[in-house]
Amino acid sequence: MLTILFDGVAYGMLLFVLAVGLSVTLGLMNFVNLAHGAFAMAGGYVTVLLMSRFGVPFLACLPLAFLAAALLGAVLERTLYRRLYDRPHLDHVLFSIGLVFMAVAAIDYAMGSQQQNIRLPSWLSGRLDVMGVGIGRYRAFLIATCGVLVVVLQLALSRTRFGVRLRAAVDDRRVARGLGIPVDRVFAVTFAVGSGLAGLGGALGAEILGLDPTFPLKFMIYFLIVVTVGGTAGLVGPFVAALVLGIADVAGKYYVPSLGAFVIYTLMIAILLVRPQGLFARVR
Amino acid sequence: MAGHGDDAPRGRDEAIVAARFARAHRVRRAEIAFWLAAFATLLVLPRQALIGNEIAIIALFALSLDLILGYAGIVSLGHAAFFGLGAYAAGLFARHVNADPLLGLGVGAAAAGVLGLATSALVLRGADLTRLMVTLGVALLLSEVANRAAAITGGADGLQGIVMAPLFGRFAFDLTGRTAFAYSLTVTFLLFLLARRIVHSPFGASLRAIRDNRLRAAAIGVPVTRRLVAIYTIAATYAGVAGALLAQTTQFVSLDVLAFDRSADVLLMLVIGGAGWLYGGPVGALVFKVAQEVFSGLTPQYWHFWIGLALVVLVLVGRDRISALARDAVAALADLRGTRAARGGGSRSVPP
Repeated sequence: MLTILFDGVAYGMLLFVLAVGLSVTLGLMNFVNLAHGAFAMAGGYVTVLLMSRFGVPFLACLPLAFLAAALLGAVLERTLYRRLYDRPHLDHVLFSIGLVFMAVAAIDYAMGSQQQNIRLPSWLSGRLDVMGVGIGRYRAFLIATCGVLVVVLQLALSRTRFGVRLRAAVDDRRVARGLGIPVDRVFAVTFAVGSGLAGLGGALGAEILGLDPTFPLKFMIYFLIVVTVGGTAGLVGPFVAALVLGIADVAGKYYVPSLGAFVIYTLMIAILLVRPQGLFARVR
Repeated sequence: MAGHGDDAPRGRDEAIVAARFARAHRVRRAEIAFWLAAFATLLVLPRQALIGNEIAIIALFALSLDLILGYAGIVSLGHAAFFGLGAYAAGLFARHVNADPLLGLGVGAAAAGVLGLATSALVLRGADLTRLMVTLGVALLLSEVANRAAAITGGADGLQGIVMAPLFGRFAFDLTGRTAFAYSLTVTFLLFLLARRIVHSPFGASLRAIRDNRLRAAAIGVPVTRRLVAIYTIAATYAGVAGALLAQTTQFVSLDVLAFDRSADVLLMLVIGGAGWLYGGPVGALVFKVAQEVFSGLTPQYWHFWIGLALVVLVLVGRDRISALARDAVAALADLRGTRAARGGGSRSVPP
């Protein structure tokens, strides 16, 4: 029971790291980026390649995965995404689905369609026994890492000058621009960081979520659930939503495996029916 | 006296409005040519009947999406839900109850229509994003159900063992697919005519009003909720018919009738052809299918890459511009034919 809770929390925190960038994209630029999972996949494959081809240790791969995905995000944002901010949502959807299709086919072509495995260092594999509760070491590592990330992100958002600008821009883009905040630049940086975090999440999650070319499609719905249910008003909403989703998914698969993902989809539709703006949205 | 003065202009307004609706609904020559060409392929290209059948079916599917996206402005990422339900309903009906195609078509349509009516409440609320999520969620949910209920649907192996009775008791569905093509094309054509009637009616005009500005539409007295429920149900029924056609003509239903790819593909088709235009669906379906044949001939496994590239380019260039281009091309063709006919008539009238 506690083990399931623990696994669920680890899973949920991972989902949060994966999806937090998307929540900013949606909240700030109102851009429906279905290709967010592609950045996560990029991070995952960077890690796999670095570890298997170049023998880079796992821990060193994580920042590299972040950097690679962030760079990819920055380049795509500057060249392609920024042209589409003022377009209708349908254009966002079409464009990002196109990107996903391309990413899936390109990875399939370059790396093959098989599942990729990451060999974890020995100190991260196996289980710990803490007061009679079996805890996977890797999951403990995940919770610790993601926990630190959450705190850092929250502090960055609430304490730094950049965070203040970002929050102002999310609240009201036009007024923020009027006050002299370089909204475009703030957004470019945020997009890159969000993509980088997704890449980091992809690297961290390769072990738990599995990594194959269909990754962006398989987990798209999870990211979207985190963001739509959590709302885009801050980090707390997506964080809680991610934890609930993680625990519900793990528990659902453990207790009622025959229902599969049924529980989650039903829950999402029900929540969106009652609160179309998400659970934690502020009333505007 | 005042009443008398009011009545006359109102009567004239009504006449003007009626004339405008009639003009919009008038059949153009290019349209006749389009459908004549479609039916001519039956005779001219009998070897392509199988792919023709597929095109006719996805054209109907794209038309159904056009009804809600192009005319009512409802963005959907899960339109495959209705397609898939129609396919499974028709397949199961043929297998267990009655193998008559037309009855099965009705069952598929009814099943999808009921689902559309039931889920229409979900798309009425919230913004685009919520709609995207909810429609996607419904499709995923159905796909999960179909996958889990393997005892009924065959699960990942697909629903096998469907044997259709001959159409009208005379025309059997054979391997060449000619009956199938003729059947699908005819059904698509008839439903297209109905759709044409719908969008050019005052009902269709009120839908466009809702699409362009929901608040204003409500303010001038359009019953927004009821109209959206109605069109969503109609579109769902159309998609169900398309799914049923696929199940009946291929005599097989697999899980991918409900897949996300199918919803995305139909969106792409509609965008290629141009949304908010009745021929957008059929033209898009034709272009899409031909492109798929070409690309999957080049690189069978990776043809989605090219589809993705097409999407990205399409959006970056601007889909309005491309559909306008298509529309202009059609208009230019019609003009060309008109002038040529005029010139031909002229030359005949000139004595040698």
